[in-house]
Amino acid sequence: MTYQVNEKGFYGKFGGAYIPEMLYPNIESLRNQYLEIIAKPEFQRDFNALLSDYVGRPTPLYFSKNMSAQYNCKLYLKREDLNHTGAHKINNTIGQILLARYLGKEKIIAETGAGQHGVATATVCALMNMDCIVYMGKVDTERQQANVARMRMLGAKVVAVTSGSQTLKDATNEAMRHWINHPEDTHYIIGSVVGPHPYPDMVARFQSVISKEIKSQLLKKEGRENPDAVIACVGGGSNAAGGFYHFLENQSVRLIAAEAAGLGVSTGKSAATTALGKDGILHGSRTLLMQTDDGQVIEPYSISAGLDYPGIGAMHAHLFDSRRADFYAITDEEAMESGLALSATEGIIPAIETAHALSVLDKVNFKPQDIVVIILSGRGDKDLETYSQYLNDKEAKR
Amino acid sequence: MRIQKTFEKGNVLTIYFTAGYPKLEDTMPILIALQEAGTDIVEIGMPFSDPIADGETIQESSKIALENGMHIEKLFTQLKNMRPQIHIPVFLMGYLNPVMQFGIENFLAQAQACGVDGLILPDLPLDIYEQDFRELFEKYNMANVFLISPLTSEQRIKKADSLSSGFLYVLSDSATTGKTSDQSFSKKQVEYFERVRALNLKNPLQIGFGISQRKDFEAALQYAEGAIIGSAFIRHIAKSQNLSVDIQTFVQKIKQTVLS
Ligand SMILES: Cc1ncc(COP(=O)(O)O)c(C=O)c1O
Repeated sequence: MTYQVNEKGFYGKFGGAYIPEMLYPNIESLRNQYLEIIAKPEFQRDFNALLSDYVGRPTPLYFSKNMSAQYNCKLYLKREDLNHTGAHKINNTIGQILLARYLGKEKIIAETGAGQHGVATATVCALMNMDCIVYMGKVDTERQQANVARMRMLGAKVVAVTSGSQTLKDATNEAMRHWINHPEDTHYIIGSVVGPHPYPDMVARFQSVISKEIKSQLLKKEGRENPDAVIACVGGGSNAAGGFYHFLENQSVRLIAAEAAGLGVSTGKSAATTALGKDGILHGSRTLLMQTDDGQVIEPYSISAGLDYPGIGAMHAHLFDSRRADFYAITDEEAMESGLALSATEGIIPAIETAHALSVLDKVNFKPQDIVVIILSGRGDKDLETYSQYLNDKEAKR
Repeated sequence: MRIQKTFEKGNVLTIYFTAGYPKLEDTMPILIALQEAGTDIVEIGMPFSDPIADGETIQESSKIALENGMHIEKLFTQLKNMRPQIHIPVFLMGYLNPVMQFGIENFLAQAQACGVDGLILPDLPLDIYEQDFRELFEKYNMANVFLISPLTSEQRIKKADSLSSGFLYVLSDSATTGKTSDQSFSKKQVEYFERVRALNLKNPLQIGFGISQRKDFEAALQYAEGAIIGSAFIRHIAKSQNLSVDIQTFVQKIKQTVLS
């Protein structure tokens, strides 16, 4: 069995390109060209140069001494939070903006939840002098104000989306509508391994630098390339896809994904897609989807804007379905506590999305000799208000 | 047969509306009023929570229809006895996910039992239809309509035509539904219509998206056998106090000069 995409754009039964005809020409031209463009030596040269000199890669693989002692295993943190703009998202936007230029596109659109992908897109657009519009749910513009301000400074137009639950799903709908109406001059930089083929595979390839670096870094530090486990949070699943990528076919590496349980899987206020979802189609992809019996998409909920999505990338739906990866549902409270704990024990303030991955340590027992890599997908600067609010509430309760 | 006969008459006016809007039980009254007013074909929209190909009007009507409690099983209950009272062709249009959850074969069987003539599922890919769905559609004698846009290649237009039955849905523009403009069609659009026309496809052509008034309808009939109006109709009935009168007025206004 392979866990990579097949030539028709499917991971097992998931994936594909279920799109209205208006999107077809753009998707078709991407599909026909993305592999060829990415393989070009000039593309690789530009991509790698920007990743090293602009983004600051490779990111450190940090041995977390304090937490290793606490959890009695060898814990490494892959520091994607140290990337320029503060998260893994920029690995993908650098790749896609270069690709957009090969495709002859002049304008860029993007959706964003936490605002990290929006910021990463606005950043590369500033760098390449391209027009940028970012669609963001109105609820998210309110809970991630710092990122809205950053996008504006970077010259992007931020459109607050007021349909549906006013979060990531609705921002994605609106970006797709924009693309339908502006097919010729515009490229849509999707921010995760979601959407129609070839997006999931393309985004996974750009993010795969994460596991590529882990391999060579581990070899130096531990004398072996493969860890025993990799843990990542999953919204759409791009940091997880990048962290898993080079270990997918190696069954000795345990893959663990953390999804957002919100207030709890059975509270009706959750975004735990594998726990609550069924086979369905959203945003051009067949995947696991939170939906009613009538096939209407259920509005998800999570404290973290970046995980507040009713589906997951098709690759992850397949990893779940084939039991290659284990999925854990982490509540808001568990994530917040893990975020505070990492700050206090290691001096690293993680994004709330990322904090979900850390909570897995409280649910899985590792052996002392196990090497466990956690993808530290982003930093918590954007979440300071939510963290302070949480601390205030906690103190008030005492 | 019903579809074929309709296109033999020519100047086909097709009207789209969302099932369960403005009120849950308005589906049949609207269908009856449309037929009485002289509409040639009706497309009944099955509402979906995330209609990415739709503009604000149909997003809103879908949202209200869902809030009213519309779903596919309910729709089939409403349409169960539409024949023979309704004698014009009826198509169901919607996004794939609700249909998939209902179960495609079950859906086709029930649609056929109601006397539905065909389906339009804009996010159903051509190759998936060909591989997995085509036989079932034929088994239940259900027409299937694909869409083409100004950016669709000639080869793909031919493929969409060969896999379609009933008619071919010619999008006037690459756009979401509900866009209007002062000028019916630009030079570029006309060139595209003529290009499609010249391919001598097997299906009759219907132009849709952005058709909102009489002059758009007339302009479309120069290049196609019919045209489809959706958002403009939904806007017209949004606040209607008397559906049958308002629908009569709307349809007659569109059809008037064409008939003279
Ligand atoms: C820091 C961080 N981690 C994770 C995510 C979730 O995205 P993905 O699952 O695609 O990695 C986001 C999304 O905004 C994010 O900002």
